[in-house]
Amino acid sequence: MSAGGTSQGAPLLEVTDLVKHFPVKRGILIDREVDQVRAVDGVSFTVNRGETLGLVGESGSGKSTACRAVLQLIKPTSGSVRFEGREIAGLGRRQMRPLRREMQMIFQDPYASLNPRKRIGQIVGDPLRRQGVAKGADLRRQVQELLERVGLAGEHYNRFPHEFSGGQRQRIGIARALALKPKLVICDEPVSALDVSIQAQIVNLLDDLQDELGLAYLFVAHDIGVVRHISDRIAVMNVGRIVEQGSADQVCEHPEDDYTKKLLAAVPIPDPRESRERVRSR
Amino acid sequence: MSPAPLLSVRDLRVAFATEAGRLQAVDGVSFDLRPGEVLAIVGESGSGKSVTAQTIIALTRSNNARIEGSVKLGGEELLEASDATMRRLRGERIGMVFQDPMTSLNPVYRIGNQIVEAIRAHQGSVGKEEARQRVVELFEAVGIPDPERRVDAYPHEFSGGMRQRAMIAMALALEPEVLIADEPTTALDVTIQAQILRLLEDLNRERGLATILITHDLGVVAEVADRVLVMYAGKVVEQGTLDEIFYDPQHPYTWGLIGSLTRLDRPRPHRLPQIAGSPPSLLDLPEGCPFRPRCPHEFSKCPQLPGLEARLPDAADHRDRCWLTPERKREKRQVEGQIGLEAPQQVPRP
Repeated sequence: MSAGGTSQGAPLLEVTDLVKHFPVKRGILIDREVDQVRAVDGVSFTVNRGETLGLVGESGSGKSTACRAVLQLIKPTSGSVRFEGREIAGLGRRQMRPLRREMQMIFQDPYASLNPRKRIGQIVGDPLRRQGVAKGADLRRQVQELLERVGLAGEHYNRFPHEFSGGQRQRIGIARALALKPKLVICDEPVSALDVSIQAQIVNLLDDLQDELGLAYLFVAHDIGVVRHISDRIAVMNVGRIVEQGSADQVCEHPEDDYTKKLLAAVPIPDPRESRERVRSR
Repeated sequence: MSPAPLLSVRDLRVAFATEAGRLQAVDGVSFDLRPGEVLAIVGESGSGKSVTAQTIIALTRSNNARIEGSVKLGGEELLEASDATMRRLRGERIGMVFQDPMTSLNPVYRIGNQIVEAIRAHQGSVGKEEARQRVVELFEAVGIPDPERRVDAYPHEFSGGMRQRAMIAMALALEPEVLIADEPTTALDVTIQAQILRLLEDLNRERGLATILITHDLGVVAEVADRVLVMYAGKVVEQGTLDEIFYDPQHPYTWGLIGSLTRLDRPRPHRLPQIAGSPPSLLDLPEGCPFRPRCPHEFSKCPQLPGLEARLPDAADHRDRCWLTPERKREKRQVEGQIGLEAPQQVPRP
């Protein structure tokens, strides 16, 4: 169980042969399992401390399911997930609770991921309160510091989510994820719901926070341009499997797998001359 | 030189009365669209790009909307046309494709029948069998494999890309002259997006279809557009040919947008150039230039709104709303390094 311990050399997160199959059931009174959806079908990767691993793939490739299975938000069918050397696959909610401090998540839709009836102070302070880290005036001070750290103001404490724009909401989501000083943050499409002029702000903020706090990111997105910008290494997923893995520049500049090549070729080049060139060579 | 415009929009203004006050969603938009041309309208949420398109086809008419200006299709004024006329015109002369193909199709009817119905609603003399045959041909034209069989499929049996192809087939069913595509590929994966863009390109070339493409994605614009309109807070802040907009952008908002793009074909920058702040609320716009609060180059003239004017000596159709002189703009653009593309010596003109 605890081989490897928590030595600095070991990867922060080590995922080996992770599998998540969903049953397809059919029947009138008694459900029979007639088939399986192999959403994640034997996926292995590691995330080192302070590093960003980008996970790219199209819809249905299994990238979001893989994230959920890593966090034990859904129970993996099989495979191993080691966090700081400790096996966490199959741990129950209660056993996972202390580990939630270490690994947090940022969600895609900043409109759906904040409770509209709670004030910002409550939303960001909730993890601190639930984990018994801080309360009272200390809690308030910590939350205000977090808000300032992500580019909001301390006086936003008493506001409600609807008073904020999409980009500001995503900053609130980031503040909440960082409240417990996690080591790993899983970012599931954190900028794809944002306006173009806001995306760069959030990507830069995530970059700064990583440098400052030594965070590791598992950064999941379908936009390869953004993933390449933020990632040290990239894993490309297609129908439940990782088809290629390597350093960000290597995967983008010298892709080896056919699917990766196809994916890269489909990304529009925001440069009319180059894109005309590409049409000509097609 | 160029053929007469098919669609001519002049000083279009759309305001909505809301509980929070009057909201000027579109504020003086003008453009011409010629046969075979792709005009891209680029902007962020709240820029007025979708309201502009929806107003052209009279989808924004309501008690709380105030619409002014002129929209002419081949000389016919659309803003004053009756609802019945507009109903006939939509589909017959102007086709539409929206972002989400699943919500545009009725899930309980076969896709083929939905298109047959559209054809027969406009052309009563066309028999069911003939209309069905036409749908099969349309499916073939938009690249849906095995069209004979697929016309009888239900929307849920189609993938996202196939549904969008079916939507394009429906939009083309009555052979319109103008196609309005509002974020047609935003909900699709990149590999599917590439196929749909190719399809739109082919249709343009082969059928001389004039297209208004509404998008927030400059990558998509670079691939298919001929001319570009950049909108911000209801106003056009810059317009020009594709190359003018990409290689010699005049408005700081445009160059910010281009600068913040990630490029797979370039070494990655240490930091992504970013535009500060967020788009303004239409209920609380600043005096003068709407981009002023986010603009690093604001100066004493900016509290007054600049007109949309041609400021470059040799480009009459390249217009922008910025008080800076073209020389100052080039200077600032280069110093800032915010522009992802190197400024060329000369902008090639087609």
